[in-house]
Amino acid sequence: MAKRIEVSGLHAYYGGVHAIEDISMTVEPRSVTAFIGPSGCGKSTFLRTLNRMHEVIPGARVEGKVMLDDEDLYDSAVDPVAVRRVVGMVFQRPNPFPTMSIYDNVAAGLKLNGVRRKGRLDEIVEESLRGANLWNEVRDRLSKPGAGLSGGQQQRLCIARAIAVQPQVLLMDEPCSALDPISTLAIEDLIEKLKTQYTIVIVTHNMQQAARVSDRTAFFNIAGTGKPGRLIEIDDTSKIFTNPEQKATEDYITGRFG
Amino acid sequence: MTTHSTGLTTHSTGLTPVSPGRKVKDRLVQALVYLAFALAVIPLVSVLWTVVVNGAKRLDLTFFQFSMNGIGGRDSGGGAYHAIIGTLEQVLITSVIAVPLAVLTAIYLVEYAGNGRLGKAISFTVDVMTGIPSIVAGLFVLALWLLTVGFGFSGFAGALSLTILMIPTVVRATEEMLKLVPNDLREASYALGVPRWRTVCFVVLPTAMTGIVTGVMLAVARVMGETAPLLLTIFFTKAINNNPFEGPQASLPTFIWDQASDPNQNSIDRAWTGALVLIGIIMLLNLIARFVARRSAPTGR
Repeated sequence: MAKRIEVSGLHAYYGGVHAIEDISMTVEPRSVTAFIGPSGCGKSTFLRTLNRMHEVIPGARVEGKVMLDDEDLYDSAVDPVAVRRVVGMVFQRPNPFPTMSIYDNVAAGLKLNGVRRKGRLDEIVEESLRGANLWNEVRDRLSKPGAGLSGGQQQRLCIARAIAVQPQVLLMDEPCSALDPISTLAIEDLIEKLKTQYTIVIVTHNMQQAARVSDRTAFFNIAGTGKPGRLIEIDDTSKIFTNPEQKATEDYITGRFG
Repeated sequence: MTTHSTGLTTHSTGLTPVSPGRKVKDRLVQALVYLAFALAVIPLVSVLWTVVVNGAKRLDLTFFQFSMNGIGGRDSGGGAYHAIIGTLEQVLITSVIAVPLAVLTAIYLVEYAGNGRLGKAISFTVDVMTGIPSIVAGLFVLALWLLTVGFGFSGFAGALSLTILMIPTVVRATEEMLKLVPNDLREASYALGVPRWRTVCFVVLPTAMTGIVTGVMLAVARVMGETAPLLLTIFFTKAINNNPFEGPQASLPTFIWDQASDPNQNSIDRAWTGALVLIGIIMLLNLIARFVARRSAPTGR
């Protein structure tokens, strides 16, 4: 499980718009890497290039290399669908499938990819829900609709759904921004637990959250409106928050930004 | 006008009561909206009431058991068995051809076409098809299927002309419903490593199913009442013809047309009952479709 990601010289575009420019970084396995930075600086775009979700948007394209251990995700021989099975994703707003029960939501990734054996499915569903700290809350109502859960539970359901396909890497795009503090705490505890098995990358606007959950932090910024986003620096979280190399990073984390 | 008694002074806070002018305007617009609603409902209720009152006279078992074979305009008795069978068969064939074509077209337009030229061309064609008068659809099938290719009158030929009328409505309705499916769900599915076609089949379509079924039912209702294209492609008959692929067949609209054009009271009564049965079939299909759609609808809010 858990692979190292090495990005080098990565550019991303939306049609003619240059969204992120020349990003190189290493994401360590079995650790949490947080992306922070102002809105529109390309954190989410960069995250989405890591499992080839970026190119789902019409007109979007990527240049550069993303190595997952020793495989290039952007090699022309690589199937983007296969990439997404290895690199899972959790979104900003909880988005369980509205037509499916809790059980079917978790089993969706497997079922839609052809796992049919009931016993095996039951096993993975329970394992994933336990993994997402949700099993005890929903064990009696697995056949109830997933959309009937609270926001925080829905987000954990989405995490269970993502880990059910047993990815190597888990990308989280502001997973707590639509949740209350208690649900946020539940998700953060979960991230702490998941990092023993997965490589986790999390985008967050909440710097306390980055400081709480992450081992390494990357700061992104843009030079101005219409300019592409850049990686300013990436380092151990403790270093970024106490003694960053760059002035821009310090200004941002101390709130003296702009 | 001021509210000193409640302690709310108008000059100190700037919170004034609703002015009389606005109250009057509010009432006026409210009255206009109710009036417009009543005006829209009156003809509807009137039509339903007239059809029920006049149609009830011949709503007996005979009507559902017998055709008009050998029965003249002055004779009592007779029924619409042949027409009911015809209509059901024709609309079934129409739906079997039109619904898959239309739903697949809508899926292509929403999920695959993007901003491409082919998508725009198809979209334009569908718009043009929506505007085709039904008699023209009938003439088209008459000219192509009957006169050029050389087949005779048949329920199937009628179904072909109805298909032309049904496709654009179903495409438009399905398109709107697919567009309502949040992009989040598609992305959630892609992020699980699910290919696009499976995402469409197992995530997008089920989510939009209720709306699609409603759209299909509206199209079926519209097509069931068509008369003109059927006269050109199926002709009509007073006898039972169970085979939709050969020979003239009856249908409820042409049955009503035929009976209503006969001056005898017995015929006119049969025409009314035919209309009542047609409305009843459409309502019944609607109820069934709603029931089916509700069972597959997105659950929980």
